[in-house]
Amino acid sequence: MTDVLAVTDHRRGDLRDVSYEIITAGRELADETGGDLHLAVISGTVDDFADKLNRDGVDAIHTVSHGEEFNHDVYTQAITQLYDDLAPQYVLTPNSVNGLDYAPAVANQLDLPVVTDTIDLETDGETLVATREMYGGKVETTNELEGEAVVTIRSAEWPQAEGTGDASIEAFDADIDEDAIGSTVSGFEEVGGGDVDISEAELLVSIGRGIEEEENLDLIRDLADALGATLSSSRPIVDNGWLPKNRQVGQSGKVVTPDVYIAIGISGAVQHVAGMKGSDTIVAINTDPNAPIMDIADYAIVDDLFDVVPELIDEFEG
Amino acid sequence: MKILVTVKEVATVEDEFEIEGTEIADQYLGADLNEWDDYAIEEAVQLQEDGIADEVVTVTIGPEECEQTIRQALAKGADRAVRVWDDSLEGVDLLDVNAKTEILSAVIEAEDPDLVLSGVQAGDDSFAATGVSVAENLGFQWGAVVNHLEHDLEEGVASVRRELEGGVEEFTELELPAVLTIQTGINEPRYASLRGIRQAQRKELDVKALADIGVDESTIESELDLTAMYEPESESDATFWEGSADETASELGELLRDKGVAQ
Repeated sequence: MTDVLAVTDHRRGDLRDVSYEIITAGRELADETGGDLHLAVISGTVDDFADKLNRDGVDAIHTVSHGEEFNHDVYTQAITQLYDDLAPQYVLTPNSVNGLDYAPAVANQLDLPVVTDTIDLETDGETLVATREMYGGKVETTNELEGEAVVTIRSAEWPQAEGTGDASIEAFDADIDEDAIGSTVSGFEEVGGGDVDISEAELLVSIGRGIEEEENLDLIRDLADALGATLSSSRPIVDNGWLPKNRQVGQSGKVVTPDVYIAIGISGAVQHVAGMKGSDTIVAINTDPNAPIMDIADYAIVDDLFDVVPELIDEFEG
Repeated sequence: MKILVTVKEVATVEDEFEIEGTEIADQYLGADLNEWDDYAIEEAVQLQEDGIADEVVTVTIGPEECEQTIRQALAKGADRAVRVWDDSLEGVDLLDVNAKTEILSAVIEAEDPDLVLSGVQAGDDSFAATGVSVAENLGFQWGAVVNHLEHDLEEGVASVRRELEGGVEEFTELELPAVLTIQTGINEPRYASLRGIRQAQRKELDVKALADIGVDESTIESELDLTAMYEPESESDATFWEGSADETASELGELLRDKGVAQ
């Protein structure tokens, strides 16, 4: 039997979507050999979270009441103790920033292999086959491992579990060693305010690595002016300091839902796509016809942006 | 204080490529300093320039061919480098997190740094797990996905910001020694100066085999077996506009007018 312990994610009082996705992933894995799905809910308003997480397919929910917000030492201690108590075959965690802040530590402490950022999972009860990407999404790989493992799952790869479940909800009395807690979270800050809110724009002209040099941004600014569009970008442009953080679209930036999103020289890394896939119409301009952005584009121009963009400016300034 | 930076030479892949078995064919591969590690090196060098760090040491797992990449880190200001390689690591498709943890932990224990900086992830295998795994293994504190580090490091505490999803940052204080995994954008990595490149040639680059660092070959056997590699199936149902740049621009212009978002 393949019992699964899936750890949920929350922040500032709200469960994150991946918490419902991990129920689906965990259920699928447990079903393959008829095992149980256990959820762990650690810190925050755990009873309220447990009620919300009690959806179809969950066998048991273990709450660990300790502190309000995420602390990786508390999570690591609670999960390793739950593992010792429940002896699951797999520990599933979100491949979120917080998941990546404790999953490798849990694996190391339990002396288990860790496989991160998985997009598909299968097991026969002994061998786990995990699908994940390499080289920035250019290839997919399957990876096999025997026995128990810690596995992190990419968000938005599994549908969110629905329905009302009849899981048992039990408080788990984790023995948290306060002396072993060497980190303290002292607060949060929303970043990316500033001059413009790209999440409100109807038309976004968004630029990525394909722009090559900072001075080439003037061309895109001209285009945005000609179209009456708002300028946004993928992460590398902000990392380079060419545009402020409030212009960044993606997992760690803003989620945008414009009528039309023109992705110029953007390859479509999963972190970027997470922020713009809800756009009504997506147009990609890219020299690489196999770039991941093409998978979600409605319209595509496979050409050099430095040839296409001036023509488009002409058309509207013409 | 002493800072150790993990530096990886990553494989880069051309837009068009072929796969042979569980590898990308050699002729489509390049090599580069891991982007995230470049930011980690910069952060360490800045700490040195600020008078916080006395020494910056890099550690790399890799064959002799990656010494050019290590020299890049030395040219940017690291003081010396350690490279670990062994015949037993040749031909391993994928060195898993636990294997890397064993090797890096052994070097870190011997070097005894106050702070370890590591890129959040590697651009090729994208595990994003080694830094935290090493920290736990050594009993160090850690912080994952750090995009700001206060440079005063008063009383053995590092104040960091962690970049969470959705434009939220978390303020965290960590006791040293600690491992921080460094996110891109934390600083602006420098280009190596000509002077730096010349100096790098004379800096110490120490090569160690597993036995030299007290790691037994059996402990680094990868538990993860890479069994298949393939190009993801394209799910694109996009309309591809074809023709010259003025023709495709015209198609796009028409779409924007139809949608009523541009005049």
